[in-house]
Amino acid sequence: MKRHLISTSDLSRDDAILILDTAEEMARVADRPIKKLPTLRGRTVVNLFFEDSTRTRISFEAAAKRLSADVINFSAKGSSVSKGESLKDTALTLQAMGADAVVVRHHASGAPHRLAGSGWLDGSVINAGDGTHEHPTQALLDAFTMRRHLAGAADGGPTMHQGPGDGTGRDLAGRKITIVGDVLHSRVARSNVHLLHTLGAEVTLVAPPTLLPIGVESWPCEVSYDLDAVIPKSDAVMMLRVQRERMNAAFFPTEREYARRYGLDGDRMARMQEHALVMHPGPMNRGMEISAEVADSHRSTIVEQVANGVSIRMAVMYLLLGGNEPAVAAANPTRTEETPK
Amino acid sequence: MSTSKILIRGAKVLGGDVQDVLIEGERIAEVGTGLSADGAQVIEADGQILLPGLVDLHTHLREPGREDSETVLTGTRAAAKGGFTAVHAMANTFPVADTAGVVEQVWRLGKESGYCDVQPVGAVTVGLEGKQLAELGAMHDSAAGVVVFSDDGKCVDDAVIMRRALEYVKAFDGVIAQHAQEPRLTEGAQMNEGIVSAELGLGGWPAVAEESIISRDVLLAAHVGSRVHICHLSTAGSVEIVRWAKSKGWNVTAEVTPHHLLLTDELVRSYNPVYKVNPPLRTEKDVMALREALADGTIDCVATDHAPHPHEDKDCEWGAAAMGMVGLETALSVVQQTMVETGMLDWAAVADRMSFRPAEIGRLGGHGRPVAAGEPANIVLVDPAYRGNVDPTGFASRSRNTPYEGRELPGRVTHTFLRGHATVSGGELA
Ligand SMILES: [Zn+2]
Repeated sequence: MKRHLISTSDLSRDDAILILDTAEEMARVADRPIKKLPTLRGRTVVNLFFEDSTRTRISFEAAAKRLSADVINFSAKGSSVSKGESLKDTALTLQAMGADAVVVRHHASGAPHRLAGSGWLDGSVINAGDGTHEHPTQALLDAFTMRRHLAGAADGGPTMHQGPGDGTGRDLAGRKITIVGDVLHSRVARSNVHLLHTLGAEVTLVAPPTLLPIGVESWPCEVSYDLDAVIPKSDAVMMLRVQRERMNAAFFPTEREYARRYGLDGDRMARMQEHALVMHPGPMNRGMEISAEVADSHRSTIVEQVANGVSIRMAVMYLLLGGNEPAVAAANPTRTEETPK
Repeated sequence: MSTSKILIRGAKVLGGDVQDVLIEGERIAEVGTGLSADGAQVIEADGQILLPGLVDLHTHLREPGREDSETVLTGTRAAAKGGFTAVHAMANTFPVADTAGVVEQVWRLGKESGYCDVQPVGAVTVGLEGKQLAELGAMHDSAAGVVVFSDDGKCVDDAVIMRRALEYVKAFDGVIAQHAQEPRLTEGAQMNEGIVSAELGLGGWPAVAEESIISRDVLLAAHVGSRVHICHLSTAGSVEIVRWAKSKGWNVTAEVTPHHLLLTDELVRSYNPVYKVNPPLRTEKDVMALREALADGTIDCVATDHAPHPHEDKDCEWGAAAMGMVGLETALSVVQQTMVETGMLDWAAVADRMSFRPAEIGRLGGHGRPVAAGEPANIVLVDPAYRGNVDPTGFASRSRNTPYEGRELPGRVTHTFLRGHATVSGGELA
């Protein structure tokens, strides 16, 4: 594994599968009476959030605590950061505090890249979402969720909504994944396209042309403006959040028109394949990109994605900070005691 | 009063024949072979290229107001090291150079520096606000004698204001230098819009934001019979528009920066703000079109857009960083690498694009003159065989925001003479 997690494009297929497999181990720990592992005892993880995201911060915090790390939450709001302290000075402060890992959420694309490459701090940098660039742990948890459902049966096939299976060792070869919505402003879409491609999936982006970046033609995916044409072929349909305010900048005419052309409602869901999934990274705009009926349906993995987020973030922190020994050993408390550190 | 004599022996004048050049006082006394060294200080210039002092239509010297990044003194020292004998100083200072008082102040600071002539550029509109014409006539009539007007840093985006400015300066042979950037199309723009911006998730700066303004302005210039100068052309499309305008016989001139001749938006993948600049670095295709255009004369000249910034304004995340690069001390080397060593320009053409043409556009009488007896001794000597890595710690500029740090560039200015007086000698400030 590398020292930082900045972009899913930095992950090889083996890296990605190692993270997903490790997350399976971590998920098993979550099912035990004692959910805590001693793996990162004495290590310090800082959650550095320049942008509010309680969901993501809590997920990282829970993951770090289950690995017995000390967690410091450094939120920009009301702190020196919002009073104009630079990213560099904040980084130097964290360095002085001895941060082993910095989980950073920032409104500027590339800020985690800058933190990792600037020499301002020695710890591992984990990108928890930067501007409109990437959100790699979100993509990993999405892929983890897909693998459990679409490659989780004993024969490697879909579990047909009988609950998540175990896809350990497998990739997503040939699975057709459709990502719908505001791709232009979405860090989730960018991270997913890279990762799903690396795992062998065939990705199709669906959006009004105004919400696709110029240059998207170079991405390893297909692009369509027609959701209805893509729906029946998809193994999973991931709906992206679309901010209502975008219509004020003429990205689309009205909420109603957006929902009609690009929203996922019951009628469209009915045309999906039997085994196909509905996903959403949250937070949802019910009635905009997704109807309540769809969000709460048996196809929806939206709640499960949140739980899987903790397992993925445990896996990432473990692999970045805990060394190269198999996660199985670390994830098994009885054997952990025997493993020299 | 005895006049000092300097004999430059054995340089290739404009890259051509090996000749001697004798300077007496402020002027060139003689050009020929086997000139007498009697009573003269001799500079052996074997293998060196002798060019007229370089002229820059576009620098930001930051004084008054941002003396933490550059002053007229440090900026002109950097200019001299780069082989320049005259630079235009853009108007986006604090206060803005939109009155006779401010342009005269900058002009006087240049005179006092003694390293390089400073020709102030006047703002087109009051406060660069794009709403009301500044006193263009008063700036022209001032001691600074302003000819070039620009709101550079901002685009004169109102078509009526642009039309009036173009018309108005005809009275004194002025020129409007346009920073072509359609503001609405570049809201939140961080880098060239294309493949790289799509991947990096940085706000896109479309080529059309530049090209649409240039299209409009060449048409306006034609309509009112004025001359317009396009600052820092950066796209292949802009080249096509200027080429078309010139084919019509319209009075359109254009400049390109050294960095747009060499660097592409691929460098932004590092998220290193040293590559953040306005207009943004474009693609390989654009770079090649700009080189072709400079070679065939569609683009008239090279201008540095020297834009110093203090360290802290670049030592941060991309989105928070200032736009701009220093360029005076590396300009000639970049032109040598991209244009001379590729065979696209010979040294005589370099003299044209970096001295004759910009002096002509700015109507600078004493600069951009032929290397001939009786002309002002504004001269630069270049050692084209030199190879070295760019080391910003050695810059004369107060700022270090160069995109070339550690990069090997060819050529080195060994001597610069401003009216017979050495401002650079042996590669160091005299
Ligand atoms: Zn400009």
